[in-house]
Amino acid sequence: MIAAARFDWPSLVNLLALRDYNTRVVVLGVGAFALASGVVGTFLMLRKRALLADVISHATLPGIALAFLVGSSLGVAGKSLPVLLAGATVTGVLAVLFVLAIVHTTRVKEDAALGIALSVFFGGGIALSSLVQQSATASAAGLDAFIYGKTAAMIVSDAWLIAGGAAIVIAICIGFFKELRLLCFDPAYAAAQGRPIVAFDLLLMGAVVMITVIGLQAVGLILVIALLVVPPAAARFWSDDLRRVVLISAGVGLISGVVGAGLSALIPKAPSGALIVLVSGALFVFSLIFGAKRGSLWRWLEARQLGRRVAEQHFLRSCYELVEDDPRRAFSEGALAANRVWNAEELARMMQVALAGRWIEAAGSSQFRLTQAGLESARRVTRNHRLWEMYLITHADIAPSHVDRDADLVEHVLDAEMITKLEALLAADAAALVTPPSPHRLPSVLPSGAAP
Amino acid sequence: MQPIARDRQSPPVNGPATGALETNVQPRPPARTAGAEHPADCPLSIHDMTVAYQRRPVLWDVEYDAPAGKLIALVGPNGAGKSTLIKAVMDLVPKASGRVTVFGEPYRRQRRLVGYVPQRESVDWDFPVSALDVVAMGRYGRLGWLRPVGRADLEAAREALDRVGLKDFASRQIRQLSGGQQQRVFLARALAQDAQLYLMDEPFASVDAATERAIIEVLRAMRAAGKTVIVVHHDLETVPEYFEYVVLLNMRVVAHGPVRDVFTPENLRKTYGGRLTLLEEAAHKLAKRDAPV
Repeated sequence: MIAAARFDWPSLVNLLALRDYNTRVVVLGVGAFALASGVVGTFLMLRKRALLADVISHATLPGIALAFLVGSSLGVAGKSLPVLLAGATVTGVLAVLFVLAIVHTTRVKEDAALGIALSVFFGGGIALSSLVQQSATASAAGLDAFIYGKTAAMIVSDAWLIAGGAAIVIAICIGFFKELRLLCFDPAYAAAQGRPIVAFDLLLMGAVVMITVIGLQAVGLILVIALLVVPPAAARFWSDDLRRVVLISAGVGLISGVVGAGLSALIPKAPSGALIVLVSGALFVFSLIFGAKRGSLWRWLEARQLGRRVAEQHFLRSCYELVEDDPRRAFSEGALAANRVWNAEELARMMQVALAGRWIEAAGSSQFRLTQAGLESARRVTRNHRLWEMYLITHADIAPSHVDRDADLVEHVLDAEMITKLEALLAADAAALVTPPSPHRLPSVLPSGAAP
Repeated sequence: MQPIARDRQSPPVNGPATGALETNVQPRPPARTAGAEHPADCPLSIHDMTVAYQRRPVLWDVEYDAPAGKLIALVGPNGAGKSTLIKAVMDLVPKASGRVTVFGEPYRRQRRLVGYVPQRESVDWDFPVSALDVVAMGRYGRLGWLRPVGRADLEAAREALDRVGLKDFASRQIRQLSGGQQQRVFLARALAQDAQLYLMDEPFASVDAATERAIIEVLRAMRAAGKTVIVVHHDLETVPEYFEYVVLLNMRVVAHGPVRDVFTPENLRKTYGGRLTLLEEAAHKLAKRDAPV
């Protein structure tokens, strides 16, 4: 029995080989649910209705409790999964209709309507559960499994029921992929094209209700939202194409479900729902950092690279400004320091970089001069800066005394295309295009002691 | 409704004179003859349309027949109901009263003939689709449900992107496009639909000069192909240059007709100058009372 398993190697091997019958059942059930929730969750996220799923899941509790009470009083096996899930579906759907009714007939806003529906239905559910606990069959109820999730309780018919529901949801999402994509991206255009957007919204919400209900046993009603929201959010870090986002989201869901359920089998008494969600959370954090499309690691690296380029270009321009009249002239680090607002460390580091990159070379004691390569780079960088300054003065009406700082920001993102445009705009001043003289006074030629 | 209806056409409004003006303004075969109340050659015919948001009327008694094969500017101050008019035509907002026909039939039977270019801000540009994907959405109307986008549709979408000068941007995710390029993607989507009547909601709003030129080129090509294009437009200066016909709107149709006849300082003053205090006040009152508008 899974709950009795201790963390020992044989049981891990058994688990990985799916040798154990119970393990196979759980993998089938949880895997099918998590895969499908990754698929439908993507559309839910893009339709910006994720919180509605939370309402649905909380609203299943009164349904489960009622189904149990009614079932037991009628002598049907109250604990049978199909009966309980039928009850969950009914109240889940009711909650959706309740929200829609409030939003469309009153001036209560959607977020308030969601809060009302969630709390009222969940409150009703808790009240009804206490009735269940008091009843004679309380011990048999085990409603906790639906609140927190308990995969160990899953039997093979449950798993097939879950897999069937998951298959229906996936079929809907594949069959209506085109319509769902349009609905999520541009509902007004979809409506203008004659697509019944209310019907498609209801179809999407129906799929979400189904996923929520079949996920209750695996992760419980409190955490089921996680598998609808976390996998698509993680997948979005990897691709800009909806088809791939759906596939990756399904993959993230599947891995979370199977690995989480596996861990809960290895660790005695570990709640499966929490472990599944934690695995998906770990995958989310991983995607957030390393994701190929918008991962923060790449963004950070890019920002750092830009920062370096900015520093290099500022350094080169400062050198150029010092020796503009005679490029072969030598200059001191002190002169450079006076030319810009540097901090000493930054300037010292840039000197190292420039010497190592052979942009400048030593010319006598603590004197330096630009190399041929350094001079060319410096001239190009300065030219871009001044072209932009001239553009700001002539085309954007910015005072010459202010353009330096603005150009400082923009010059580093000028690409070849923009420079061509600048040249065309400033063509009237053709003589200046070689490397135009600075349109404002430079600090290095200010009388000493003058404020910058 | 009568007093409003009366100052709808700005020049002197009296029986036969109006009739003469009408035929002058819209040179099309004898309109509305013998029972043909919705002539099939009129791209858009709006009759007695009133639209209310939350029971507050924003458009009153609109009466308008669009001339075929023309570029038509829809002009008016903020809150005049320009977008609302377009949306009401397409059943995107409910009409309190009135009838709309597109080439003689109700809109819902003519959807394929109507291309829509919504405002750029109406969607989330972070959505994971490429420019080509968005343009291909213009083909969904002719594809049935469940039918996936085919090769011919992608070809049409590529061609439409080419027409707006974005051939090389087909596979770009839409967030990576500039504002002007995004606007052109929406235009291309409408082109891919190959409609007869186009309704565009501020396609020139905050676009760069290059995009503005590209869009107006496309509009002229559309007119040359016999399409009718109605454009919500903000820049009064360019109206005479870009458009031949104009509708001046401020909660009601103040005037409509050829730009050279209707786009007069007098009419503009009527449209923009002075608030329509009584109309607005009445609308407020109606909204407060929950009157069944």
